[in-house]
Amino acid sequence: MKAWIALLAVAALFGVVYVGVGLAGQQFLFGVVIPYVAIVVLLVGLVYRVLQWAGAPVPFRIPTVCGQQKSLPFIKHSRFDSPASGLQAAGRMALEVLLFRSLFRNTRVGLTPTQRVIHQSDKLLWAGALAFHWCLLLILLRHLRYFLEPVPALVLFLEQLDGFFQLTAPTFLLSSALIGAALLFLLGRRLLDPQVRFISLPADYFPLFLLLGIVGSGIFMRYVTKTDLLAVKQLSVGLVTLRPIVPESVGLPFYFHLFLVSCLFAYFPFSKLMHLGGVFLSPTRNLANNNRMRRHVNPWNPEVEVHTYQQWEDEFRDKLKAAGIALDGE
Amino acid sequence: MDKSPQELLQIELNPRKGDWLDPSLDFEARRGSWSYPGSIKALNYMGFPNPRAWSPTDDDWKLPDNWRQIIHDGLKERLSKYRSLRVFLDCCVRCGACADKCHFFIGSGDPKNMPVLRAELLRSVYRNDFTTAGRILGKVAGARKLTPDVLKEWYYYFFQCTECRRCSVFCPYGIDTAEITMLVRELLNLVGLNINWVVEPVANCHRTGNHLGIQPHTFKDNVEFLCEELEETTGIKVNPSINRKGAEILFIIPSADYFADPGIYTFMGYLLLFEHIGLDYTLSAYASEGGNFGLFTSHETIKRLNYKIYAEARRVGAKWILGGECGHMWRVLHQYMDTMNGPADFLQVPVSPITGTRFDNAASTKMVHICEFTSDLIHHNKLKLDPSRNDKWIPTFHDSCNPSRAMGLIEEPRYVLRNVCNTFHEMPENTIKEQTFCCGGGAGLGNDENMEMRMRGGLPRANAVKHVHEKHGVNLLTCVCAIDRATLPPLMEYWVPEVKVSGVHELVGNALVMQGENERTTDLRGEPLVEPRAEPEVEHDA
Repeated sequence: MKAWIALLAVAALFGVVYVGVGLAGQQFLFGVVIPYVAIVVLLVGLVYRVLQWAGAPVPFRIPTVCGQQKSLPFIKHSRFDSPASGLQAAGRMALEVLLFRSLFRNTRVGLTPTQRVIHQSDKLLWAGALAFHWCLLLILLRHLRYFLEPVPALVLFLEQLDGFFQLTAPTFLLSSALIGAALLFLLGRRLLDPQVRFISLPADYFPLFLLLGIVGSGIFMRYVTKTDLLAVKQLSVGLVTLRPIVPESVGLPFYFHLFLVSCLFAYFPFSKLMHLGGVFLSPTRNLANNNRMRRHVNPWNPEVEVHTYQQWEDEFRDKLKAAGIALDGE
Repeated sequence: MDKSPQELLQIELNPRKGDWLDPSLDFEARRGSWSYPGSIKALNYMGFPNPRAWSPTDDDWKLPDNWRQIIHDGLKERLSKYRSLRVFLDCCVRCGACADKCHFFIGSGDPKNMPVLRAELLRSVYRNDFTTAGRILGKVAGARKLTPDVLKEWYYYFFQCTECRRCSVFCPYGIDTAEITMLVRELLNLVGLNINWVVEPVANCHRTGNHLGIQPHTFKDNVEFLCEELEETTGIKVNPSINRKGAEILFIIPSADYFADPGIYTFMGYLLLFEHIGLDYTLSAYASEGGNFGLFTSHETIKRLNYKIYAEARRVGAKWILGGECGHMWRVLHQYMDTMNGPADFLQVPVSPITGTRFDNAASTKMVHICEFTSDLIHHNKLKLDPSRNDKWIPTFHDSCNPSRAMGLIEEPRYVLRNVCNTFHEMPENTIKEQTFCCGGGAGLGNDENMEMRMRGGLPRANAVKHVHEKHGVNLLTCVCAIDRATLPPLMEYWVPEVKVSGVHELVGNALVMQGENERTTDLRGEPLVEPRAEPEVEHDA
């Protein structure tokens, strides 16, 4: 049911383009106005959300420690799992952000017929997530070719790398296939794994369907309809140079693609996709485990009512005396 | 416990149909998995809101009229004070990595014990009250209004989390359910929802200095009694001072160590060790608790209870503080004390008077864990040890949640154990160190009325113990936590009855060869050093 809601929402987005561009001929609206609005929403939203997080203080230093602390010289310190300095914490973050280290630990619990609890290594989620995110980055960088003239050498190099398997014409790009497969895997486990299915919301399916729509329309343009790339580039260069034009020869598939991307951008700041920013600000990961070495200051450290020694002594004076425990003045 | 292990093991880890957004709960049917509410007396003593007599099985929980507003405002305030809370509420992607990492989920199969759903119980209300999408889309966006049933669900599930932080290890964003549980418990406390196993120790600790409510004269009696026992076993007379000004070191321990079996043997181990090295230290009847049940109440309560430790160190004029074996105590000492009640600029950077080692890792907080202290002594050959005195034990080590995941105290206790015992076996790697499993009774849940949930939550731990028991003959589960020493014995009794529980320093005490000691025939428990063997059958010549 929850997946259907999300699927219908994405289907509706396709419908909007079909009506708006295919029937009503609103190329300018879909090719220029909506992308501009989307990009503004994305940027303003991102900044707003990050400032909102950054604006809240970090009262306590609460790293989740995943390895041996730095204590005695003869005990081997685990630098990236229990960072003792800011630099080491940065190393931990880099491993987290670039390689998804925590997901790499993933295990799956099972109960055997003999009623034993077993923990099996389960790296599939890690592999799928890593494949998706790196492909997405590669594809975003590859798309710079549509916005920059001349095309930067880095972009050309990445394309060459991506097209290593020269299987088809136009060249088969590994990232297109891989991201599609990764998305289908992520969707598949959401639908088929009973635990993940139970926790999933429409908001978890929606970005997957949306991204599948984007990847699908992109692949369709590249390998099936042979879209007029020169016209596409005219349009996108027009957008970034703030001199928008709408070339006649750009077909409907491109507008599907562009509109879904616009939706993704505008949706981004209001959704769980903000984990992109959140991961950097998580106090359990980005702080060093040096609590006893260096004092962490809480900017709002409150005054609290305490029970002082004197109050305690006053209450138990007779008993202290009888027990022969020295009083404070003695 | 009425249910047998076989009954308890009927666990289905794959949730069936149903929608977690439905909050209805039958407390009556779930007896054994929740704790009794806080007493009026304890709440009054602490000045906590809404003291009254009530039960979770009542329809009417006698909340203040404006309870919804109180919770809403409380949440709003905490969103602006804790970056952790907002980030954790915003960036979960429900990837499911945490789902089967919680001991309560593994032991019960209740899907709302998946850490992700425990957090969603709060997140759904956050969406409804504080996000645009939640306001507009409602249920489709996973948003829920805060109804009495949702509040009751919070009470049930946030007092069914032991704040062990295992899920946080596996989360790609480090979302820490302990942090969420701590803050929701704060919100619940605002309207008078809490459990007695937490608030009574809190009130006791505030008044007498320790969770158990032991008054100073009884404190002294207990210590003296344990010293007599120690003398009987070893022939060594130790005479620890209490509240003594001018001591070099203030020694802080969890109160269970001078109150209950088997913690008392760990206490004897500490005292014997200090006698062995001639340490200048004092105990305190005022700061007679290292643990801090404020951690299971609110940040403010942590600070109120923790205040005594620095205050007492200052009063007696100690140079630095040494802390005993306790898990959540060390979360507070390591991650909160200095921030809350520091700076401890009246103390000195801890230096071991025996080895001269400067504990730079405690340079600011000025408090050293006894396992750090003892491993340093052993490393410098300052202890005369006879590990064979522990030969009847085949130990394994249970990493307590907080020393491992809040502190990284992983190798120190192992280093000590390997030097005071001749054998040592690790449990499987997914169940120790940073991946260790909770005893099932932390965070105030170690009470009798919650016994079924404790046995369920302790299943993954017990199962790993059973594994090494069968494989290596392990018969002793060692730990550095007072709550463990209280909760693991019944857990072992239920799942692996052949295995006993001890602290690390109990084994240190056994192994210490003291000057002028009796010939040692019993261990600190007063039990024979070697298991008496059955009489060998003598073959008679015909």
